[in-house]
Amino acid sequence: MMFVPGNNPGMMADAHIYGPDSIMLDLEDSVTMAEKDTARLLVHNALKSIDYGDTEMVVRINPLNTPYGKKDIEAVVKAGVDVIRMPKTETAEEVIEVEREIERVEKEIGCLGRTKIMAAIESTLGIVNAYAIATASPRMMGIALGAEDYCANLKAQRTKGGEELRLARETIVVAARAAGIDALDTVFSNLNDMETFRNEVEYIKSLGFDGKSIINPRQIEVVNEIFTPKEKEIEKARAIVAAIMEAEKKGSGVIALNGKMIDRPVVIRAQRTIQMAIASGVLSPDEA
Amino acid sequence: MSDIQAAAKSLNKSVYEDNLKKNIEERMELQGKSPKLATLEEAIRRSGLKDGMTISFHHHFRGGDKVVNLVVAKLAEMGFKNLHLAASSLSDVHAPLIEHIKNGVITRISTSGLRGELAREISMGLMEEPVIFRSHGGRGAAIAKGDLHIDVAFLGASSCDPLGNACGYSRSENAKSICGSLGYALPDAQYADKVVILTDDLVPYPNTPNSISERDVDFVVEVDSVGDSSKIASGAIRDTKNPRDILLAQQAAKVIINSGYFKDGFSIQTGSGGASLAAVKFIRESMIEKGIKASFALGGITAHMVKLHEEGLIERLIDVQSFDKVAAESIKTDPMHKEVSSCEYASADEPGSAVHYLDIVILSALEADVNFNVNVLVGSDGIIRGAIGGHPDTAADSALSIIVCPLLRGRIPCIVDEVTTLITPGSSVDVIVTEYGIAVNPRRPELAERLKEAGLKVVDIKSLRDKALSIIGTPAALPFGDKTVGIVMNRDGSVLDVIKNIDDKK
Repeated sequence: MMFVPGNNPGMMADAHIYGPDSIMLDLEDSVTMAEKDTARLLVHNALKSIDYGDTEMVVRINPLNTPYGKKDIEAVVKAGVDVIRMPKTETAEEVIEVEREIERVEKEIGCLGRTKIMAAIESTLGIVNAYAIATASPRMMGIALGAEDYCANLKAQRTKGGEELRLARETIVVAARAAGIDALDTVFSNLNDMETFRNEVEYIKSLGFDGKSIINPRQIEVVNEIFTPKEKEIEKARAIVAAIMEAEKKGSGVIALNGKMIDRPVVIRAQRTIQMAIASGVLSPDEA
Repeated sequence: MSDIQAAAKSLNKSVYEDNLKKNIEERMELQGKSPKLATLEEAIRRSGLKDGMTISFHHHFRGGDKVVNLVVAKLAEMGFKNLHLAASSLSDVHAPLIEHIKNGVITRISTSGLRGELAREISMGLMEEPVIFRSHGGRGAAIAKGDLHIDVAFLGASSCDPLGNACGYSRSENAKSICGSLGYALPDAQYADKVVILTDDLVPYPNTPNSISERDVDFVVEVDSVGDSSKIASGAIRDTKNPRDILLAQQAAKVIINSGYFKDGFSIQTGSGGASLAAVKFIRESMIEKGIKASFALGGITAHMVKLHEEGLIERLIDVQSFDKVAAESIKTDPMHKEVSSCEYASADEPGSAVHYLDIVILSALEADVNFNVNVLVGSDGIIRGAIGGHPDTAADSALSIIVCPLLRGRIPCIVDEVTTLITPGSSVDVIVTEYGIAVNPRRPELAERLKEAGLKVVDIKSLRDKALSIIGTPAALPFGDKTVGIVMNRDGSVLDVIKNIDDKK
């Protein structure tokens, strides 16, 4: 998910050419108070007029307790946004409030249920309430960690290794999995340190995250490379799925492949690898 | 009659007389009295320059050049009028020429490019005679065959000895203005009636190995400075961080790698723009991975190319222009890094010119159109703001020409129905790479097939034009006037296009 400031038409116009899975146009932190209205108008027009192809379009709105939040929801829902991203989410009630606003606008234009919600959790209270937030609405499609505000709130310093974020990251992944939605990691803002960025992406993938928020197209390649299943992984996954289908035909639930037991969790992981391979474009749906 | 007298008579020669007065002066002293040493004014006077004649300059000092302004100011002061200024190129730094044009000192200009205030004024109709634009190869060929006759060439050199052996670099400790190759100056030195070298580093004879030989030089003028070194060449490799340039570079590199020309012994030329330089980086990785080496890199040589050469990935460098200090230093010390003249580089007339043996070239564009024609000279506002350079030469003679061009620059569409000015005809352009897809010239179906097979996004060029129009809308027509301010010559000496004045009252 690539962050793009909502007040920069040049960046908004060609953000999709770099091939991010989703684009988050920002109305919140990257836009000054004086430019909130301009940015909202620009984002509305970008969503309506730019052909972003298959890219999932997300808009980060201002919180509802500011004068901008409701106007943001109205403008972007009317423009057909895929996902609204809530900043600094701390409780399930906040999600419900946003859902109510979305519903109001959707009813007005006759497309009830189209807009999904993603919540960024950026405080200790938010982390404590992570599961409640993740399950607050059927529109919830993901939760994300916002590390800077979280760390300030935690009274901890950011470090290269990210030890201070360990509990928050694990909580986000566990809550998202329990709720059956996606978990997205925080941004990495030093563009000149690609090595630490790469290590961090590998680390958060190992924790179970579904993806990483990025702030520059230069970071896309690394994320895609790490999250795209390798050829060997895909081959193995296809062998497992083929074996289990064969076994199911014969009425057997547990089988062995190359001497190793294949049970349900192994099959689920294999299916997920195949889905990732299709999503990354390295495997065509026909081959799977 | 003695036998010796008879022999002399039979050969129509005289008999030897012993009248040698041996000069026993120390030679370091003697060279200081070289008859070629002169002040600028003396050199001009003794060159026989007259009103209406053609003077020439090179542009190896780029934005730091001081030679053109210095010489033309002196000519104005001496009362010359109606001169034809034939430079290999002109840039922002030459704005003082505007006054000399207004005063009638300069009435005609031939060049590869124009930029800045001078370009703007000329586009608005400053001159009565249109500027003649030629490519680098076209200029060399025009000089060689006499289409462009030079009466007096004023050539800046980074070092020169009192006899006229001159270089674009210096081996002395006083080196001030280093530019590397003097390739664009070499035809001038060879073919001009009189040659004046201006240098800010007068070194003892012999300044060898030399670029320009004393045999071609008539006068040597020592001046305070021929150029501002900080504006001549940048210091080190600079990698672009612009994500769009990186995307374009990746696509261009993929085109090259899958083109069928990426084989051991291939040859390549790239420009100095961000995307071109970034493409070299990606090509390098693939060369290492596949164990492929290039036989030569051509053209404007950059630090990137020097690095690949020093790593053993490119056997030879053929250098008509050194783009940075690393390249300038390399040409001085490395015998496999060869300086060539613009004729040897890109003349259409010379079967041995290097472009004929060039496999791949990556080029940029201000605009390209649906017929693959390219414009690198005139901006979308109708104002001259670029240079032809070696663009049409390399596109025409290479086996594979790749134009890297963003679909949009701000609010300006770069893939259009028809280019504002035709510089490189579409028949010589094979591939256009944009951030929205890759267009392959329909004349190259086999190439399109190869790129498609490799999974590249090959699109119809008309769809790129439509995409640009859908984002930006149709721009208003340009307010061209009736006056011809520029004539674009094709590299073979025929006329390719004309540039009309911009009428800002329209």
